[in-house]
Amino acid sequence: MRRETLHAWLLLLPAAVLLASFTHIPAIETVVNSFFSTARGMRPSHFVGLGNYRNLIADPTFWQAMRNNLLYAAITIPLSMGIALAMALLVRGRIGGRGFLRMAFFTPTVLPLIAVANIWIFFYTPGFGLLNQIGALFGLPNMNFLGQGATALYAVAAVSVWKEAGFFMIFYLAALQTIPPSLIEAARLEGASSWHVFRRVTLPLIMPTTLFISVNAVINAFRLVDQVFVMTQGGPDNASTLLFYYIYQVGFQFWDTAYAATLTVVMLAILVAIAIGQFFLLDRKVHYR
Amino acid sequence: MTFAAPASAPTSATAAAPVSATPGVWPRLDRVLMSAGAWMLGLLWIAPLLYAAWTAFHPSAYETRFDLLAPLSLENFPLAWKQAPFARYFLNTVILVTSILSVQLVVGTLAAFAFARLRFAGRGILFGLVLVQMMVMPDILLVENYRTMRMLGLVDTIAAIGLPYMASGFGIFLLRQTFMTIPRELDEAARIEGVSLLGLIWRVYVPLAKPTYLAFGLVSVSAHWNDFIWPLIVTNSVSSRPLTVGLSIFASPDSGVQWSVINAATLMTSAPLLIGFLLFQRQFVQSFMRAGIK
Amino acid sequence: MKFTSLSKMIGGAAVLAATAATPALAVDLQFYFPVAVGGSAAQTIESLTKTYEAAHPDVHIKPVYTGSYTETVAKAITAARGGNPPQLAVIGAAEMFNLIDENIVVPFDGYVSKQEAKAWFGGFYPAFMANSQAFGKTWGIPFQRSTPVMYWNKDAFKKAGLDPNQPPKTWGELVTDAQKLTVRNADGKVTQWGVRIPTAGFPYWLYQGLAIPAGVTLASKDGTQVNFDSPAAVKAAQFMLDLTTRYKVMEPGTLDWGTTPKAFFTGNAAIIWTTTGNLTNITKNAPFPFGVGFLPADKHFGAPTGGGNWYLFKKSTAEQKQAAVKFVQWMTAPTQAAKWTMATGYVAPRPADWDTPALKAYVKKVPGALVAREQLKYAGPELTVYQNARVTQILNNALEAIMSGQKQPAPALKQAQAQADAVLRPYQQ
Repeated sequence: MRRETLHAWLLLLPAAVLLASFTHIPAIETVVNSFFSTARGMRPSHFVGLGNYRNLIADPTFWQAMRNNLLYAAITIPLSMGIALAMALLVRGRIGGRGFLRMAFFTPTVLPLIAVANIWIFFYTPGFGLLNQIGALFGLPNMNFLGQGATALYAVAAVSVWKEAGFFMIFYLAALQTIPPSLIEAARLEGASSWHVFRRVTLPLIMPTTLFISVNAVINAFRLVDQVFVMTQGGPDNASTLLFYYIYQVGFQFWDTAYAATLTVVMLAILVAIAIGQFFLLDRKVHYR
Repeated sequence: MTFAAPASAPTSATAAAPVSATPGVWPRLDRVLMSAGAWMLGLLWIAPLLYAAWTAFHPSAYETRFDLLAPLSLENFPLAWKQAPFARYFLNTVILVTSILSVQLVVGTLAAFAFARLRFAGRGILFGLVLVQMMVMPDILLVENYRTMRMLGLVDTIAAIGLPYMASGFGIFLLRQTFMTIPRELDEAARIEGVSLLGLIWRVYVPLAKPTYLAFGLVSVSAHWNDFIWPLIVTNSVSSRPLTVGLSIFASPDSGVQWSVINAATLMTSAPLLIGFLLFQRQFVQSFMRAGIK
Repeated sequence: MKFTSLSKMIGGAAVLAATAATPALAVDLQFYFPVAVGGSAAQTIESLTKTYEAAHPDVHIKPVYTGSYTETVAKAITAARGGNPPQLAVIGAAEMFNLIDENIVVPFDGYVSKQEAKAWFGGFYPAFMANSQAFGKTWGIPFQRSTPVMYWNKDAFKKAGLDPNQPPKTWGELVTDAQKLTVRNADGKVTQWGVRIPTAGFPYWLYQGLAIPAGVTLASKDGTQVNFDSPAAVKAAQFMLDLTTRYKVMEPGTLDWGTTPKAFFTGNAAIIWTTTGNLTNITKNAPFPFGVGFLPADKHFGAPTGGGNWYLFKKSTAEQKQAAVKFVQWMTAPTQAAKWTMATGYVAPRPADWDTPALKAYVKKVPGALVAREQLKYAGPELTVYQNARVTQILNNALEAIMSGQKQPAPALKQAQAQADAVLRPYQQ
């Protein structure tokens, strides 16, 4: 064996073992398990072919979770990234209370979502909740944000935008600082408007950061369901159920591990498809060097 | 595609200069509006923390009433402290987060170097498999990973929480991108001096990739500081439970949410990080910036 | 001490060793418990355990607090599947069939003599034993058992011109009283709701406080059939919905369980339904005089039971099981039960508990505690079936859909019935 190959394999060994044991092999096992039934007590598991997938197609909760998750991703990803960028633009320069503002934007990063979700419950509570207390000052009608199918998912999505935007801001802030001011000034001297400068100079230059953040945002849109746990448990009537929450529910509350595996396979397929799309589509737009 | 830090050296020098040193370009009104907007956004973002502080320092009767004359109270803190071993939870989380990050960095650096600089059979396929893990996080494979932990006899240990994350596809990917921007001439120079492969990585590559380490470190620490579902499933006892799980089981009694005590607990356990950020915010953001991370 | 033949066979040798009791051969036990009622409950469990350990140096017991009921059962099953279950756990009584189906628990009958069994199991209120026994065996020992009761704000009653000592006793009275108690400001905005029945998350429990009085028990005794679409079940759901949309005396949409006591304290709701386990919390925090009463009657009074039982896990040594059963016997003995009830508000599960001087004195101080006991005469078991979590979730979804205005009661419950039938079909042979 060539020396270089040997070195490469040695360097890769720890990563390969860990990745294979906890991602690739379990992923394959999950696919295999999705073709078997769940063992219960005295009845062992047996091969059911596509049975679980037929159940899946007929399962309205699955479709609801899919619809919810897509809507949730469509809201939280662009909104959290957009707000993060806006925050970064606001606090990069001289502004009154910059330190305070940075800390304000940073708070979601250190407060565990699982604990803060309780605070959001208070904000959303009908009647004496904070939002309704404020709304009452302006004569707005009382709202039951978490208790109505029409608003529950948005209420949950707002919490994750809060959580994510503050975190992403840090990366944008750093990226913005690497843009040479001379570039911006040059553009301005040519009479470009602020918006124009932002679009033609700033935005392309921070594109790598945008890609970095978008990878995280997409992963979190499918992975981060802590607030659903605490705030709605997926309700009312699955109005705020997300795919990963449903997987947890089926796997660890209903104990139907085979069906949980089937749901997981769908999630794997979605994530791999997104990964491919993200890398091949976004790739072209990224500023090359 | 490139995530890499810019290779153009001058940027880091100019970055320290405030970009907004262009008065007059923004009309005054704009500035006022911007300030107002920033403060609105800031207040919105810090509202949960302010509310947490309000309830934690007042008797529970004032959880939902905001009265400036409300009596202050410190009793929520000892109450929360007595009810659950938060110090232990905090320690568990710190151990968890630091051990995950340090192993991730070592394992990731070695693998990233191989992908960036060495040629070997199967490189393309292996790198593809690493990329898969960027999206397919172990979180999603709860059931299978639980089974593995059971086989290894690790259920209810801190190791079990961290092990699936010890190799991060994202980390390997980021580091590879950075390593690829490092000029090969540096390699050659080092090799001529007779430096070993590991020595080369340690002395040349690691120092030049600092910004990437910092950025990835923040993502990793933040993710695992907040991680909830996997630790919820794989831990059973105080000795392995991280903060998130500890807080959640503390906050879920049938008798109703008691914000004052829960928030006191949340504040106590987040205070070290918050105060740290408050004190070192300037240094933190600036070192981040000066490094020019993406 | 007498043993059944079974345990004699398995555990004879071990018991001999245990009776020789040197601390070196001490038995280690671990149990999981949920705390449904705030922090002091966890401390009470721990201090009771310590007391027991002090008196029994041959046993080491480690209580593990595992969060809510849902989390506790999830932990216990996960651990059992992993081959590492605790020896004991306090788990929702409604999980009985689920745990039997998982084949991870054993009945208590094998570890006490016939006479002892009769005295012990027979001593509990029948309402609590209804979902603790199956196939002629006792699988759960009632411990932190509860039942929903109605709390009302006496000040609000006075202000509304109602007799503060006369709570509504029927559904009709509930509506007329709640209408008087619902206060609107000049803009027509409600500042105080007449009644609040929390319906988010797990509405099935309090819904049974309507279904049982309407005349339906939701599940068959063997846990294989449900009656979600029976006329009485539909009637109960319709009434719950009518409180919001027709009579407009309850906040529309689903209502959170956790914020309900707060809604009561702040005057947002004048009458609330919640567990008797909340009595201690409400006594401590309500800034006004309040009353505790039965859930109002339709055909008759009625309420579901709820809360947790002790379960004995299969995978442990005979010695551990023996020691575990003794510990449970002690924990559920009147003196300890009385302490537990006073610390939490849970219903002491045996008539004998109520005869202890401690509880007698407590009842004089907190007469509300007696209400739950009296209501037990009319109580039925909460929904207890195979695949309990899944079937319960089906009902929860239907009720949430009804309360949030997505579906009408009859079709929603019909659909829920069909879904539940599909899940339970394998168990019906």
